[in-house]
Amino acid sequence: MPGKLKAKIVAGRHLPVMDRASDLTDAFVEVKFGNTTFKTDVFPKSLNPQWNSEWFKFEVDDEDLQDEPLQITVLDHDTYSANDAIGKVYIDIDPLLSCEAATVISGWLPIYDTIHGIRGEINVLVKVDLFNDLNRFRQSSCGVKFFCTTSIPRCYRVALVHGFVEELVVNEDPEYQWIDRIRTPRASNEARQRLISLMSGELQRKIGLKVLEMGGNAVVGYLQCFDLEGESGLVVRAIGTACTLDKLSPGTAPNTTTHTNTHTLPNTAPTSNACNSPSKDSKESPLAHGCRSTHNSPVHSTCSSQRLSHSQNFSVSVPTLVFTGMGSGGSVGKEAGPLKTLLRQHTQSALEQREFPIFTLTCFPPGFLVHVGGVVSTRSVKLLDRIHNPDEPETRDAWWEEIRQEIKSHAKALGCHAVVGYSESTSICEEVCILSASGTAAMLNPRFMREGCLDTGGSDHRLSRQPHPGMVGSERGEGEVSSTWLGFEDASPPSCGFVHIPYDEFNMPFPAQLTYCYHCRRQKVPDVLFTTIDLPAEAEVTGKGCLIQARLCRTKKKAQGEVNATSISNLLPFMEYELHTQLMNKLKLRSMNALFGLRIQISVGENMLLGLASATGVYLSALPAPGGIQIAGKTPSDLSYDQHISTMQKRIDDTIAKNKELYNIHPPECIEEVVGSPIPDRQRSSRLFRSTSESSDELSELDLSHGKKDAFVLEIDDTDAVEDIQSLLTDAPIPAGFYSCNTEVMPGIHNWTSGLQMFTSVRVYRLSNANLTNQGLNKIFTDLCENLLKSLYFKLRSMIPCCLCHLNFTVAVPEEELIQVAVTAVAMSFDKETQQAADKALTRGSGENEEQLQFSMEMCGESTISNNQPTAKPSGVPESAMVHSSRVSSSERCSPLPEGRSRSLRSTRSLPCGAPVTVVKMTPLSFLPGTRIVKYLGIINMFFIRETTSLREEGGVSGFLHSFIAEVFAMVRAHVAALGGNALVSYSMKECVFMENPNKNQAQCLINVSGDAVIFIRESDQEAIPPLLTSRQTSSTGADGTT
Amino acid sequence: MSVELDVFVGNTTIMDEEVYQFWLDGYTVNDAVKVRMEGGVLEECEASAEVLRSDTMDQYRTFQMCERLLHSPAKLANQLLFQIPPHRQTMLIERYYTFDGVFVREVLGKKLSKGTKKDLDDVSAKTGVTLKSCRRQFDNFKRVFKVVEELKGPLVENIRQHFLLSDKLARDYAAIVFFANNRFETGKKKLHYLTFQDFAFCAGQLISNWTVGALDNMLEDMDVDLEKEFLQDLKELKILITDKDLLDQHKSLVCTALRGKTKAFNEMEANFKNLSRGLVNIAAKLTNTKDVRDFFIDLVEKTFVLPMRLPCRSDKWTAGDMRLYLTHYTNSAHILDTFKHQVVWDRYMGVIKSCILKMYHD
Repeated sequence: MPGKLKAKIVAGRHLPVMDRASDLTDAFVEVKFGNTTFKTDVFPKSLNPQWNSEWFKFEVDDEDLQDEPLQITVLDHDTYSANDAIGKVYIDIDPLLSCEAATVISGWLPIYDTIHGIRGEINVLVKVDLFNDLNRFRQSSCGVKFFCTTSIPRCYRVALVHGFVEELVVNEDPEYQWIDRIRTPRASNEARQRLISLMSGELQRKIGLKVLEMGGNAVVGYLQCFDLEGESGLVVRAIGTACTLDKLSPGTAPNTTTHTNTHTLPNTAPTSNACNSPSKDSKESPLAHGCRSTHNSPVHSTCSSQRLSHSQNFSVSVPTLVFTGMGSGGSVGKEAGPLKTLLRQHTQSALEQREFPIFTLTCFPPGFLVHVGGVVSTRSVKLLDRIHNPDEPETRDAWWEEIRQEIKSHAKALGCHAVVGYSESTSICEEVCILSASGTAAMLNPRFMREGCLDTGGSDHRLSRQPHPGMVGSERGEGEVSSTWLGFEDASPPSCGFVHIPYDEFNMPFPAQLTYCYHCRRQKVPDVLFTTIDLPAEAEVTGKGCLIQARLCRTKKKAQGEVNATSISNLLPFMEYELHTQLMNKLKLRSMNALFGLRIQISVGENMLLGLASATGVYLSALPAPGGIQIAGKTPSDLSYDQHISTMQKRIDDTIAKNKELYNIHPPECIEEVVGSPIPDRQRSSRLFRSTSESSDELSELDLSHGKKDAFVLEIDDTDAVEDIQSLLTDAPIPAGFYSCNTEVMPGIHNWTSGLQMFTSVRVYRLSNANLTNQGLNKIFTDLCENLLKSLYFKLRSMIPCCLCHLNFTVAVPEEELIQVAVTAVAMSFDKETQQAADKALTRGSGENEEQLQFSMEMCGESTISNNQPTAKPSGVPESAMVHSSRVSSSERCSPLPEGRSRSLRSTRSLPCGAPVTVVKMTPLSFLPGTRIVKYLGIINMFFIRETTSLREEGGVSGFLHSFIAEVFAMVRAHVAALGGNALVSYSMKECVFMENPNKNQAQCLINVSGDAVIFIRESDQEAIPPLLTSRQTSSTGADGTT
Repeated sequence: MSVELDVFVGNTTIMDEEVYQFWLDGYTVNDAVKVRMEGGVLEECEASAEVLRSDTMDQYRTFQMCERLLHSPAKLANQLLFQIPPHRQTMLIERYYTFDGVFVREVLGKKLSKGTKKDLDDVSAKTGVTLKSCRRQFDNFKRVFKVVEELKGPLVENIRQHFLLSDKLARDYAAIVFFANNRFETGKKKLHYLTFQDFAFCAGQLISNWTVGALDNMLEDMDVDLEKEFLQDLKELKILITDKDLLDQHKSLVCTALRGKTKAFNEMEANFKNLSRGLVNIAAKLTNTKDVRDFFIDLVEKTFVLPMRLPCRSDKWTAGDMRLYLTHYTNSAHILDTFKHQVVWDRYMGVIKSCILKMYHD
């Protein structure tokens, strides 16, 4: 009996009126875990019941603790008829299972009903007593920490990166079960919510087991997705990166984990600690415990491929494009060859052992990333088939395995041994499913993966750093990292090393134009670099970055089955190519030479395909300056046509010049001469041809008016091209004071204030005209995105100067002629004055939030315990209420007036209102500017369904969705607050499926959100020492987060 | 192509005060967009009309969803649905309960019933306040009335605590509740020149001096009703006009005190008996509910407010004259040996004096 779950139901408030006669409610609560149910007494005739129940105790396996949610149902007692359900609360117990996360769940949680939305709140207390389980073959993985954050969580230090973990579980979708015909939609939706909650728990547990097998203790970059495959079932799948993390806490550091000791002592043999030899252990781990292990299990994979071959499944694999710079002509160079081979030998051995050298991380500890090759991506079109046996989801596993293999081989082709910034996604329409995966091929530092390396390089490395506790584990802190691993350091300075090509320049996997690095002048770099990762902190950037989007719409004929799948897979390569072309053009137009955070989404509908590529463009100082864009016409005879071209050329040139101003891109021009010769023939022009014309003989005809720089030639040979150029120029300029990017932070902006606004915006458009051409559709789609952006800028105008960070667009084709675009991002304002000063002072992009993490931990530990006396808060908030709001109050200073009022009111009415609602910040980023995250409380992963049969009465589709999204936010915030947190970082809305039937006055929506619940404190509070005595005072006067 | 669905939800609820005001004023989305466009937000932010429309719709939806909470403002502070900074909450509540002076004059003293609500379209047409806004304001009055009706303790404080309003606004609502409860007539033509603030001041005076709560906050009753015993006692004041000696004595005392101090002395002397009769008669009749309703009309008609305002300008008393007169009129009564009702007299005249002074203007 390894765990005891205890729950106490304290009170309810704002309950709905369930008895029309008395305008009151006779509420009671059912608390259910697994198959055990407890009930509270009925609290008669009140909308604010006080149950104050006993502790309900559930004695359960820890396996169940991980899988099952605690279900709380609030009901209205009815003497004569069946009791009416008011609503439910699902509580994920998982954060309580790790000793480093939350210890108690306590607070007001919204009572949710799939039809009525939030109906009041309930105050609960949940605790878990966990007993030690020494069973080696256990099924549970309690204690493994999960993080959505795709970088090493602040306040942790990475000891080892074990690698890729994945898992998927499938089930029948309750909505498609036979029973659904006889039960209410509400019952079926509740069944779905419950099932998905269960499946997520199970999935997390299984992933955890794999992590334990590998010897890790945490999953970073945990990405969980649902595939609603309709008839064929429900798939919940997750990927992540297994790591061994050490908590940064100076007092406990030496004796927290045995891992730490093994690493620091070079003499200890790796095998002495079984869980620290990842590769071996995982390979030989007996599968007897019933857990499917798809990674590195050859037997398994062959078996599944057999299954695939004789099953009826249809699948088409799409030729994959490898994105990097596209240019013609090679370059001649010497040197660097042997060095690279040596490096490869060292690193490969570490990675080769894994089946998938894949990492979901997008931000890395300094020195982790050695070289970056370019983007690798794979798409595969599959026909869905009913999953017959949910316990053996081999088909889906095999699909993904296939794709990961392909990704791996692409990376190999780029001379890389690993893929970073990896993500997977699906798009489903009826029975067709596009599986996509993409990542960035890279060379990694093996120090983080192998024990041996860590011991030799790592131990002295760590010792040398001990005096500067601030630097340890600050994955983005700048500076001389990776001290002397393998002795290559001189060859790859951190600020430009990652852009140096990892592949052999004589055997390039694709035509690229190489030059010597503009920074170190010793290694070769490509002319353009595309990646899916965040901009490394050590990278040197000129000017600012900006969001670059390529949008594309392609019509397709309606079809069924294999014909449909074939036509889709035929379209895909063209779409990828077009998107790539657009990205490249827009990049050049902004005078930039690298893309980060590239995310290409292709969405399938019944009669069209949508493609949306978003990335953040920057000018990497180490890469060559991009040339301009040159327009070339095909028919030079026509005078007016020539004129047209030249005006267009002028407009393009003007735009480029304007953009250079706007993004402050003024690279030093004359370095070439200084270094001189090794750069061969700079007069060449890189060319980009429109899809069909592939002739290269025009090269000589072109007038390269851009002088020394490489020109990028756009050929106008048909109306399509003209349109494209037009659209290139019609991208609306960003209003003054705004910047935007889809990466974590904007290169070139450092002085964030604490002003922060996370938002989600959803739009659905109906295409009125059924017979649209591709061009027309493209125009519409582009306008949609542009208008949406414009709206965002307008909405957030009060935050100027500000930057929209982590702009994440999701497109879908929910129905024929409908296009849905959803955006989630965070607007962060920054300080303009100090910005300019900082621009001068700081040429390197360095995160400012990372220093002195160890120190902060210590302070927090004490402050959470003993900060119950708020000296700056004059009047008496009930002591119990202050328990976790005390650490919040310092950061969220509210104007005293209204608070005082509400307090006095409460005292007179004696309602169970407790403390004022904790302010919970939400952000898709992994940090909050001007603050320090002191504790990760666990992952939040919630799934909600909302339906209505009175759409008009709820304000139409917009009103319905608006209130649903607001409710989802509210529930997320409440659960974060109940864990004791005051922020959710790495927030993402992974699913937002909206369906409507206006004729029936009905609509339904599914939303899945996730993130990491954390406690943060203001940096300004931190600076006051000793914190216990002064932090309260400083909080009342201290300026907000200026660093 | 048409936008079928368009929503924006922020973790911190975004609210534009300007749009909020449009919503409160009952503008349709289209009208609000029109006004906003004229206001020049567009040029400022390089936005299009479409953007403005989408923004306005979003805000309107947010306000509609918030409205339920604004009906019981205490909920706004501990609800979870919208994350609104406290100072914004205060703004939302304060603005929601703010009313138009012109509108409130129309319904002041009327029964807050369904019948009155039905007539709001007339009020709307007359005042130029949109019907939607009229309804909101009327419902606010009614809601506040209903809540405080059942509560004990001081009226203003109850309103302030339950609706989290500023002191000023709470006092105004107290006045509205007080007027509605006692059904004071304020709509007669002669009273048209008086503003809501005039009445609100008078109501404040009545509440703090003539109600049960005025004497003891701890009393079980509340201060919406005038104190019955006091009204009964007022009958005793009649002696001041029925006893001829007393009346003459009073007059001479007042005249002696006033002589030479004001230009309007002659007028004062000539009108003394009429005025005194008027004032005392009002006091004596207040036991009748009907006469309580006519309190303000009587003040204007039967005392000197009206006579002094209308006749030839040269005879007109200044506000200073009026103050002087009332002060001496009140004080002189203390010197009358046979007059035994000093306490009641002061309690009565204190209020009458400040009311008259407030109402004594053009």
